[in-house]
Amino acid sequence: MKRVTLFAGHYGSGKSSLAVEYALKLASEGDRTIIADLDIVNPYFRSMDSRAELESAGVDVIVSPYAGSNVDVPALPGEMYRIVDDREFKAVVDVGGDDRGALALGRLSGALKQENDYEMILVVNFLRPLTQTPEEAAQVIREIEQAGSLPFTGIVNNTNLGELTTREHVLEGLEKAEKLSSMSGLKLLGSTVKPELLPEIKTASAIYPVRIRHRADWAIF
Amino acid sequence: MADKVLMKGNEALAEAAIMAGCRHYFGYPITPQTEVAAYLAKRMPKVGGTFLQAESEIAAINMVIGVASAGKRVMTSSSSPGISLKSEGLSYLAGCDLPALVVNVQRGGPGLGGIQPSQSDYFHATRGAGHGDFHMLVLAPASVQEMASLVFKGFDLADKYRMTTMILADGTIGQMMEPVSLDMGEVIAYDKPWAVTGTGGSRKHNIVNSLSLLPEELEQWNIARYQRYAQIEKDEVQYESFLTEDADIVCVAFGVAARVAKNAIVAARAKGIKAGLIRPITLWPFPKEALKKAAEKAKAFVSVELSMGQMIEDVELAIRCRCPVLLCSRVGGMIPTPEEVLAKIEEAQNAGRCE
Repeated sequence: MKRVTLFAGHYGSGKSSLAVEYALKLASEGDRTIIADLDIVNPYFRSMDSRAELESAGVDVIVSPYAGSNVDVPALPGEMYRIVDDREFKAVVDVGGDDRGALALGRLSGALKQENDYEMILVVNFLRPLTQTPEEAAQVIREIEQAGSLPFTGIVNNTNLGELTTREHVLEGLEKAEKLSSMSGLKLLGSTVKPELLPEIKTASAIYPVRIRHRADWAIF
Repeated sequence: MADKVLMKGNEALAEAAIMAGCRHYFGYPITPQTEVAAYLAKRMPKVGGTFLQAESEIAAINMVIGVASAGKRVMTSSSSPGISLKSEGLSYLAGCDLPALVVNVQRGGPGLGGIQPSQSDYFHATRGAGHGDFHMLVLAPASVQEMASLVFKGFDLADKYRMTTMILADGTIGQMMEPVSLDMGEVIAYDKPWAVTGTGGSRKHNIVNSLSLLPEELEQWNIARYQRYAQIEKDEVQYESFLTEDADIVCVAFGVAARVAKNAIVAARAKGIKAGLIRPITLWPFPKEALKKAAEKAKAFVSVELSMGQMIEDVELAIRCRCPVLLCSRVGGMIPTPEEVLAKIEEAQNAGRCE
């Protein structure tokens, strides 16, 4: 397992959710863990929303001091250098969405390449409107790599339609993810699935149950 | 596209605009509506359309006036402070009787305010979007699906009545992700004999203009416009009723507040309180008749808003103050919880009685 795991992809692909889940998993296994939210573009629905849960699990959370405040400033704290400097820690990085969001990654990419102990994961949901095909997802790969100056090392298929996700959605997503993997030469590291569907999915590649984090206050509609 | 895709509200409205035949978008980035521009910057070139990031909100709304004058479907979007900047243009659109679609994904104010959701531009949208006597059609989506369907409908209404349709959303609906079907149906094409498209030497030239220095003429323009508004108030009111048939306590809420209220109403019913919801989908025209009818049976009303109490004035007017109207609100980017709404429903149950 690599020391640094970065989650990047199209915005809304599920990067933040997976980064949070992964950080919690590392902490539960006894790893000293930090999570960094590098999203300087979007102040809504981000990994920082899970800050209390992460901190109570012993995860150090690094985030812009302005995130979620009334100051709309795209800035990152100096503390983010802990990702590359603090090698006692496992680091999980929630890269901002799309190429624009990945731009801030360029500041760290040199050190990450030098240490060469990272996994850069493309998170893809083939039921998002602008990444419905392997070709469209491949375009996102190129754009993010160019903006963040860091090559991807693997793919996680996070194809879902929220609560309405069916077995068919997962299997169609898996097929596209395998095609993207062969097109790009990137290893398909696995797929996510909502826990209820886990028994229904049979696949050769790894599969991880991930629960959906609800906003229960407006659930009924 | 797949039957359903997972979209943000801002993306759904942008895609629906393309499906409605809009090929011209002018905007300027501002949280929490920036994804509209980001999405259209990627999509418009693929469908032969024009995406243009203007130098300011004021420039963008004036580009909208230009395209609308030429008879083409056109959209701009912003969030509260940016919409204030567009206000002059909204008045000119009304004065010129031009169809356009303007989106406001509201954030907290006044001034620069914050970047979290709000509904405090209700007055602006329904009453004071600019100088002079005019209205816009104001549609309030409460889900990602409605972001799409109301944009599609909004373009149709704008063409039908030669008016601006405003989509009055909030930061939550703009940012949240839900499954959405983009099966929008057929686009209705409207004749636009007034459009400035070149005479080809074969007809008298058209003029799109809001200036008249003859008071008699300007009065007639205003009266004709208000005759159209009266027709719209009769024909285009849209709202949703939820458990109102036997309701003692009627909540009135739109957008994300309506979603919270629904959850509170289900909890109130479980406690034996007969609560219901009227959710205006058109904020102008406001569903006055539906509220007036509900007031015949109800003991009290609760207006649930992300403002200091703006829609509550329309609620009180619509029911002619027949019973108490309580306000349940959070502002500044805060959203009321179902527990807060439930507490207000219980308070209304104790306080309310019809004369």
